Amino acid sequence: MSATVLAAAVLAAQIMLAVAMGCSVMRILRGPRAQDRVLALDTMYVNAAILMLVFGIRTGSTHYFHAALLITLLGFVATAALSKFLMRGEVIE
Amino acid sequence: MTHAADLPLWAALPVAALLLLGAGLALAGSIGLVRLRSFYDRMHAPTLGTTLGIGCVLLASMLCFSILQSRLVLHEILIAAFMVITTPVTLMLLARAAVYRDRQEGSREVPPLPPAAPRAERTEG
Amino acid sequence: MRRRLPTCVATLGLFAMWLLLTGNVSPGSLLLGAVLAIAGSAALAALAPPKLSLRRLSSVPGLLRDILVEIVRSNNAVARIILRPGGAKTRRSGFVRVPLDMRSPYGLAALACILTATPGTVWVEYDSSDGTMLLHVLDLIDEEAWVRIVKDRWERRLMEIFE
Repeated sequence: MSATVLAAAVLAAQIMLAVAMGCSVMRILRGPRAQDRVLALDTMYVNAAILMLVFGIRTGSTHYFHAALLITLLGFVATAALSKFLMRGEVIE
Repeated sequence: MTHAADLPLWAALPVAALLLLGAGLALAGSIGLVRLRSFYDRMHAPTLGTTLGIGCVLLASMLCFSILQSRLVLHEILIAAFMVITTPVTLMLLARAAVYRDRQEGSREVPPLPPAAPRAERTEG
Repeated sequence: MRRRLPTCVATLGLFAMWLLLTGNVSPGSLLLGAVLAIAGSAALAALAPPKLSLRRLSSVPGLLRDILVEIVRSNNAVARIILRPGGAKTRRSGFVRVPLDMRSPYGLAALACILTATPGTVWVEYDSSDGTMLLHVLDLIDEEAWVRIVKDRWERRLMEIFE
């Protein structure tokens, strides 16, 4: 009983997160401006981290936790660097 | 799903509910990214996923692993703390970059830099 | 002792992070964690952050609870705005300029984080010469109401803690 409840919830959550990532990819492709694309990329990073956590619950392994931690770290650095680039046109000044 | 049968029903139900709530909020945020009209409106949408969305999923994960391994698994707090610190910083950086770019192009959507005149306003508060 | 407080907090925070990350409490791991935490906070102190003075720590738990309630409430509100069919016509969003009385950099940082982390408001910029900040609000009904919310709900309480 608990296995079927959990399996259904995990599957539904994975589908929702996949659709959410699809939405952000759509915004990355459509733009219209660079800041829209950066914002969508940041959203995609967060959605990917959540998806990794859901995978962890599905498989019962804690390895996915480290993947999620790395994704959030890289997402922060990437977005910060891209925002800096949008502001000044160069990352290192 | 080999391990899921080990989870008692009273734990499986909250884990499932938290998972659905978290994923639903992340989905709502990403839908907002597509549906809202201007960039400054869209800036609000991802906050749904980055606050309560990932929070719910982290809580579900903590509950699930704590019961499966019958010890307190708390390392999800690291991701939560990290998100709390980084999300406002990235959003503020991005908002400032967008405002800067719009001002450079003379867009009328953004208010101009404040003139030195309305300085008297702040003494009242 | 007051002056050392940020360093102590940083050391304890780094040590807790190390314990959470490794997940074991063997003597070797504890020792390595302690060394790393002390080295890390010494590096932080070398950056010479502005002086932090905290007063009235007793009001921090109430503030945290209110932030959590506010985040849940505005998550609900923003999700409704996004998912409402064809609601874009009636809703108005825009910028509000809020005059602030708080000058403590830590207090301002805390206010910025609170406002940006709640869905529906984003802190855009702060002008230190005349102490005003620009806020973008998704569901802007009344500018005056938002200025009052920021000042009464958050700024006054943060000033109690940080100034």
